[in-house]
Amino acid sequence: MILRLGLMFLAVLLMLPAPASAMHISEGILPAGWAVFWFALAAPFVAWGVKRMSARKAADPTYLPLVGIFGAAVFVFSCFPIPVPVAGCTSHPAGTGLSAILLGGPASVVVAFVSLLLQALFLAHGGLTTLGGNTMSMGVLGSFGGLAAFRLGRLLRVNLFWSGFLAGLAADLLTYLGTSLELALALHGSQSVWSVLGQIYLAFMPTQVPLAILEGLVVGSILVYVEKHRPDILRKMKVIREPAV
Amino acid sequence: MKRFIVLLFFSLVVLATVALAEEPQAKWPGVDEAVVEKYARELGREACDPYINTDQGDLLLFLFALSGAVGGFIMGYCWHKVFVAGKLSRTPEE
Repeated sequence: MILRLGLMFLAVLLMLPAPASAMHISEGILPAGWAVFWFALAAPFVAWGVKRMSARKAADPTYLPLVGIFGAAVFVFSCFPIPVPVAGCTSHPAGTGLSAILLGGPASVVVAFVSLLLQALFLAHGGLTTLGGNTMSMGVLGSFGGLAAFRLGRLLRVNLFWSGFLAGLAADLLTYLGTSLELALALHGSQSVWSVLGQIYLAFMPTQVPLAILEGLVVGSILVYVEKHRPDILRKMKVIREPAV
Repeated sequence: MKRFIVLLFFSLVVLATVALAEEPQAKWPGVDEAVVEKYARELGREACDPYINTDQGDLLLFLFALSGAVGGFIMGYCWHKVFVAGKLSRTPEE
């Protein structure tokens, strides 16, 4: 009952229309050389993801609705601003930690790329020239960082909820680390890259730490929900082990 | 019932806060403005307008409402397929 009400409330909150002012690198901020470089770096990951998704879809028809759920979730999570009162700013979670666990890392990159492309085309959010950079930070770093944190948690025998929490936390914080690194590399000028990286990343923290914790709690809760209602999905994705016979 | 009323009360309080926060004076900047664009400006680089600029009048608001509705529909539809219909159609071995 409480879970249903909570989901209804979350749905109402998400439906409140508010233009996004959020995290992606805006149009025109990256110089042309860096924009091309990040595109070139992100493209093989996207291609790998498309190949993996096609193979998985052919092997298991139930994979497609999962892509629908978590693809839409990444799109919604990564464009709707959430106010953070302690920082006086709005920002949003990444969502790629969750999609990486349930769809696989490469597929999560594709989901992030498509979300970012739609946001750049129709929602004046992020940018077309910065799509490669944003895909690298949110798609590649967020997905694989979140997945690595989750696997590490499981390896250390941390339970499913807290492993999911670690994945959400890591995906969010690594996404912003990626954004800071891209900005620092492109714009450091005469200052040292590390000093600019540190300044930008620290400036993100007051807004992002509360959201990363929130994202971690959401990822952990969703994994527990999936384990309770469709444990076979987690077994298929090798998130949990087959029960001993 | 008591829980429901308490939850409804807090939901309304939070919703009212969000609605008030949308007044122009109380607008909170996003981290792209407060951090990304601020640092880019300091380091000598300005953001430019999007190539497809939908930030005109209420168009952006409409597109956000539309994308929220479409995203929510897809999520809900697939959720039902996986967690309601999919759960019922599972074989006992699964």
